[in-house]
Amino acid sequence: MSGRVLVGVKRVIDYAVKIRVKPDNSGIVTDGVKHSMNPFCEIAIEEAVKLKEKKLIKEVVAVSCGPQQSQETIRTALAMGADRGIHVEVTGKDYEALGPLQVSKIMAALAKKEDAQLIILGKQAIDDDCNQTGQMTAALLDWPQGTFASEVALEGDKVKVVREIDGGLETIKINTPAVVTADLRLNTPRYATLPNIMKAKKKKIANMKPADLGVDLTSRLEVLRVDEPPQRQAGVKVETVEDLVGKLKEAGTI
Amino acid sequence: MAAPLVRILSKSCRQISRPWGACQAGWRSTSHRPATDMASDQGVVSFPPLQTYSEEENMMREAVKKYAQERIGPFVSKMDENCVMDKEVLDSLFEQGLMGIEIDPEYGGTGSTFFSSILVIEELAKVDASVAVLCDIQNTLINTLFSKLGTAAQKEQYLSRLSTDMIGSFCLSEAEAGSDAFALKTRAEKHKDYYVINGSKMWISNAEHAGVFLVMANVDPSAGYRGITCFIVDRDTEGLEICKKENKLGLRASSTCPLNFDNVKVRPNTLHHGGPMYLEKNILGQIGHGYKYAIGMLNEGRIGIAAQMLGLAQGCFDNTIPYTRQRVQFGKRIFDFQGMQHQISHVATQIEAARLLTYNAARMKEAGRPFIKEACMAKYFSAEVATLTTSKCIEWMGGVGFTKDYPIEKYYRDCKIGTIYEGTTNVQLSTMAKFIDKEYDH
Repeated sequence: MSGRVLVGVKRVIDYAVKIRVKPDNSGIVTDGVKHSMNPFCEIAIEEAVKLKEKKLIKEVVAVSCGPQQSQETIRTALAMGADRGIHVEVTGKDYEALGPLQVSKIMAALAKKEDAQLIILGKQAIDDDCNQTGQMTAALLDWPQGTFASEVALEGDKVKVVREIDGGLETIKINTPAVVTADLRLNTPRYATLPNIMKAKKKKIANMKPADLGVDLTSRLEVLRVDEPPQRQAGVKVETVEDLVGKLKEAGTI
Repeated sequence: MAAPLVRILSKSCRQISRPWGACQAGWRSTSHRPATDMASDQGVVSFPPLQTYSEEENMMREAVKKYAQERIGPFVSKMDENCVMDKEVLDSLFEQGLMGIEIDPEYGGTGSTFFSSILVIEELAKVDASVAVLCDIQNTLINTLFSKLGTAAQKEQYLSRLSTDMIGSFCLSEAEAGSDAFALKTRAEKHKDYYVINGSKMWISNAEHAGVFLVMANVDPSAGYRGITCFIVDRDTEGLEICKKENKLGLRASSTCPLNFDNVKVRPNTLHHGGPMYLEKNILGQIGHGYKYAIGMLNEGRIGIAAQMLGLAQGCFDNTIPYTRQRVQFGKRIFDFQGMQHQISHVATQIEAARLLTYNAARMKEAGRPFIKEACMAKYFSAEVATLTTSKCIEWMGGVGFTKDYPIEKYYRDCKIGTIYEGTTNVQLSTMAKFIDKEYDH
């Protein structure tokens, strides 16, 4: 086992920012808007670094796909304890069309290239909420997957994953190499301490293009329109159950 | 123009009996980074705006901002109420590497630059000025003194502790020696192979938690200020008494205590080649040079205080504007009244100006250029801006600004000390005037 873990980190609009739709409804405003690492990706990095600290794995490699600024996200991962980074450069129209299908192809290619034992991803990104990349990556590699992980334990050449599902918690054991996606309660990500930020400067980030990995970025999706959710209308208060039934009948819902 | 000015100042040092502020003390700061990259291919030089940061500085600022909001924010009002710095906050400051920003990694420090310290102090002050001042004193006064003046052995012993778990205090002021610092009376009498310190100090920040005290005492009162020497006194030294802390208007979570020295024994440096090293009870730097070190250090610490006041003003402002955008009176947001807009814009301009003064003074220091006048300007102006901002913010908030339920009144109380400590506004202005006077000598 190589002891190498790949962690995908995505640069997204910061969770605290108020999102605005572009006037032409083609997308959302990203220029000049604060970006940071996807919170679930932070949890993924934290888990990988914890595994390394427990000496269960040897190396954590942070991967990000995107324009030049994605390197900042990788640096943050390095400051949290990742050993090195890989920046897959995707810009312009390709970047706008970049989605789980393309990223999972890239992750799969990298996993083979780097001989990864484990891939840890956030369960979803807070900008598109797709929740697909982990699953697609596992499928492309024909690897087992442990998604929505709230607990991960390496046991020899297997991984025990406790998954958060609608009914509660499900525990599964899967063989490595495997893909795991991190859910909220998996851990609490550490702050990048100042000394670690300084150390991160010396860690390497390799640059490559999707073509170097033989990946075709063509999208099968076309975004037609982006709209804000409808404004929430005021409700109506009623006094009795009869009133409620009456109002529902009026609205034609029953 | 700058070089001749320095030479003139060094000469005038000997003539002026009160060296306060006028003596550059030959202080050279090493620049860790070159001045921001300017030359382009065509040989045309382009200058980035002052608010341009290296990637490392940006990352540090973001990290500290997040940390301050999440790990310090929840404790702020309790610490202010109880006049106590929470232990968890203290521990996390060390954990995050914020207490040894410029200390070499070989001693467990972060190994970053002075400007990074300034950014850190500013970010901390946006959340709590008491925490910011603790961090400022540690980084710009204590750590710098040890780094610049310490022997290899002293650095070994103290820097590694200062970066990981020990707080330091700088002891200059006394009851009868504030602005007139060099009238200090604390005496260090030389005995055969040790000194005995007697006297008392006042207004000593961090004293409640400090593990080491840098004490300015006079070994030879007949030599006036040239007898002042910097002694290293460990907390548990016999005869050192840390008295009850002051009950202050602001910066209440930062401990400010009088100290008593009752026959405190301190050993001087022993020049040794091998043999046991008696490292406790030591002298920092040279005997009789304490006044120079104090001035030099305070020139730099001044920029740190400017950063603290700047952060305080910005934090207060940031907590107020959202309210003005929400509060509706007479059918519109109070932000939309022209009177309010004019006041708000005026204050925002002052804060921006204070920021530029502070950042520029810091960059000048890093570049090894003379910076004392600019540091004085930054500290003086930032403190005044903090006073204006906090006062206005309470007014803009109206009645709620006057209650302790909102954080604004704390900023108002905390800012006042800015015009007083580490060189009062009047002292800063007089110092600047000396520089201005010299500038017109031909």
